[in-house]
Amino acid sequence: MRIIRNIGKYMIMLWIVFSRPEKWRVFRERLFQEIHFIGINSIPIVALMSVFMGGVIALQTASNMTSPWLPAYTIGYITRSSTILEFSPTMISLILAGKVGSNVASEIGTMKTTEQIDALEVMGVNSLTFLVLPKILGAVLFFPVLIIFSIGLSLVGGWLALVLSELSSTEIYVIGIRSFFLPGDIVYALVKTVVFAFLIVSISSFYGYYTKGGALDVGKSATKAVVSASVAILIANFFLTQMILL
Amino acid sequence: MIEVVNVSKSFNGVQVLHDISTSFEKGKVNMVIGQSGEGKSVLAKCIVGLHAPDKGYISYGGRNFTEMNRRDRKTIRQEIGMLFQGSALFDSMTVAENVMFPLTMFTKMTKKEKLDRVNFCLDRVNLDGKNSLYPAECSGGMQKRIAIARAIAMNPQYLFCDEPNSGLDPKTSIVIDNLIREITYEYDITTVVITHDMNSVIEIGDNIMFIHEGRNWWHGDRKSIITTENPEILDFVYASDFMKEIRASMQEKRL
Repeated sequence: MRIIRNIGKYMIMLWIVFSRPEKWRVFRERLFQEIHFIGINSIPIVALMSVFMGGVIALQTASNMTSPWLPAYTIGYITRSSTILEFSPTMISLILAGKVGSNVASEIGTMKTTEQIDALEVMGVNSLTFLVLPKILGAVLFFPVLIIFSIGLSLVGGWLALVLSELSSTEIYVIGIRSFFLPGDIVYALVKTVVFAFLIVSISSFYGYYTKGGALDVGKSATKAVVSASVAILIANFFLTQMILL
Repeated sequence: MIEVVNVSKSFNGVQVLHDISTSFEKGKVNMVIGQSGEGKSVLAKCIVGLHAPDKGYISYGGRNFTEMNRRDRKTIRQEIGMLFQGSALFDSMTVAENVMFPLTMFTKMTKKEKLDRVNFCLDRVNLDGKNSLYPAECSGGMQKRIAIARAIAMNPQYLFCDEPNSGLDPKTSIVIDNLIREITYEYDITTVVITHDMNSVIEIGDNIMFIHEGRNWWHGDRKSIITTENPEILDFVYASDFMKEIRASMQEKRL
C-alpha cells in the first residue's frame, strides 16, 4: 500500500517539477551548475571504472577463448558489444546511482530539514521546479556524454589489458571492435542512459524532498534513494532491452 | 492587517489548532506565545501558506489567501518576509547572494541596483562588509541578522519571525528583538513573532496572543500579561519556582 502511495506522490512531484521556471536566466545558471556538480564531477570515477571494466572484460574474454575455431578478433568484438550494450550504460548508471543519488537526496533532504525549502516556498518560489528540474535536465543531458566517454575508455582499457599482457595485438583488437558494428547499439545505449539518468535524479530528489526529521533521516533518505534508484535501473533495463533489442 | 478566521488544523487525526480567530495589526509587533507543542509554528505555517488549514481562512489586507490560486498567492508571498527558527539561509550561497536571492528571482533590477539594495539591507542589520562570507562562517546571531536582511530585501508588507531568539544568548536576543521592532515601526509593516521567550514578549510585544491546547486562549498587551490572573498564563509566565516567588512577593507588596 505504501509503495502505491509513494508512486502516486512521486508522480505528483514530477507534475510540479515540470512547471515553468520562475526566471529562465536563473534556471539556465542552475542548469550549468548542476551539469558541473552531477556530470563533470563524476568524470574521474567514470573514467576509473571504465578503464578497469574494459580491461577485465577483455581479459576474461581472452581467458575463455579456448576453441581454435573462434577467430582472434572475437575478443575485441565481445569487449565492444558488452561495453556498449550493457556495461557502460548499466554498470556506470548503477555507480552514478550511488554517487549522484546519495548526493542529490542528502542535499535536498538537508535543505528540507533546515527549512531552506520552506524559505523558498514562502518567498513564492516553486521549490521543486527550482531545485529538481535543473538536476534532472542536467543529468539527462550530460549522462549520455559520460556514457560515450565511458565506452571509449572501456575500449582503451580492453586494448591496454590485451596488449600489455600480450594476449592479442592492436591490429586484431581493432578489427574486433570494428566487426559487425551496428550504430543502433549506440542509440540503444544512449536511450537506456537517458532513462536511467531521469530515474536516478528524480527518485533521489523524491526521497530528499520528502525527508522528515533530522540528520539521521537525511542519511536514511539517501540510502533509500540509492537502493530505489538501483532497483528502478535494473527493472527499466530489463523492459528497455525487451522493447528495443527484441 | 492579517486576519485569521476560524482556522483549524489536524495531522493524522490529531487536532493541533482549534477554531482560531485573531487579527494582527499593521505597524505593530504582534506576538504569538505559548508552550512548546501548542501549535504556534503550525499556526504560523498556516498563515504563510506552508500548511493548508482544514477549516477557516487567512486574509491579507482583505485578500483571502487560503482560497487564492497559485499565481495570486505568489503575489502575496512576495509581500512576505520570513525569519525561520534556524535562519534557513542557503548554505551554498554567500551572505550577499542570500540577501540578493529574492531580488534576483522577482525583480528586474540591474546587478548594481541589486548590490546597492543588498548593501543597504546588510548595513541595516549592522553586517556591512560581510558580503562574501558563507552562512557556515557566521555566528548564530549573525545568521539571524542575515535572515532578517533577506526578509526585508523586497520591502515586505508582512514580516514573520519564528522563534527569532532560539539558540541565542540574552544579549544577542535583545539585539535581534530591537531590530525586529525598529524594522516594524520604520517600514510600518505587520510583524508576527512566534516565541516562548518572555524577555522578547516584555521587550517588544505590542499585541500578544497566547495559544493553549491549540486555542486562542488569551489576548492582550505586554502590561496586561504581567497582571493577568489567567491560570494558564500564570503557569507559563511564572513557570520557575524563582519567578513564582517573585510574583508572590509582588502580590504581598501590593497588599
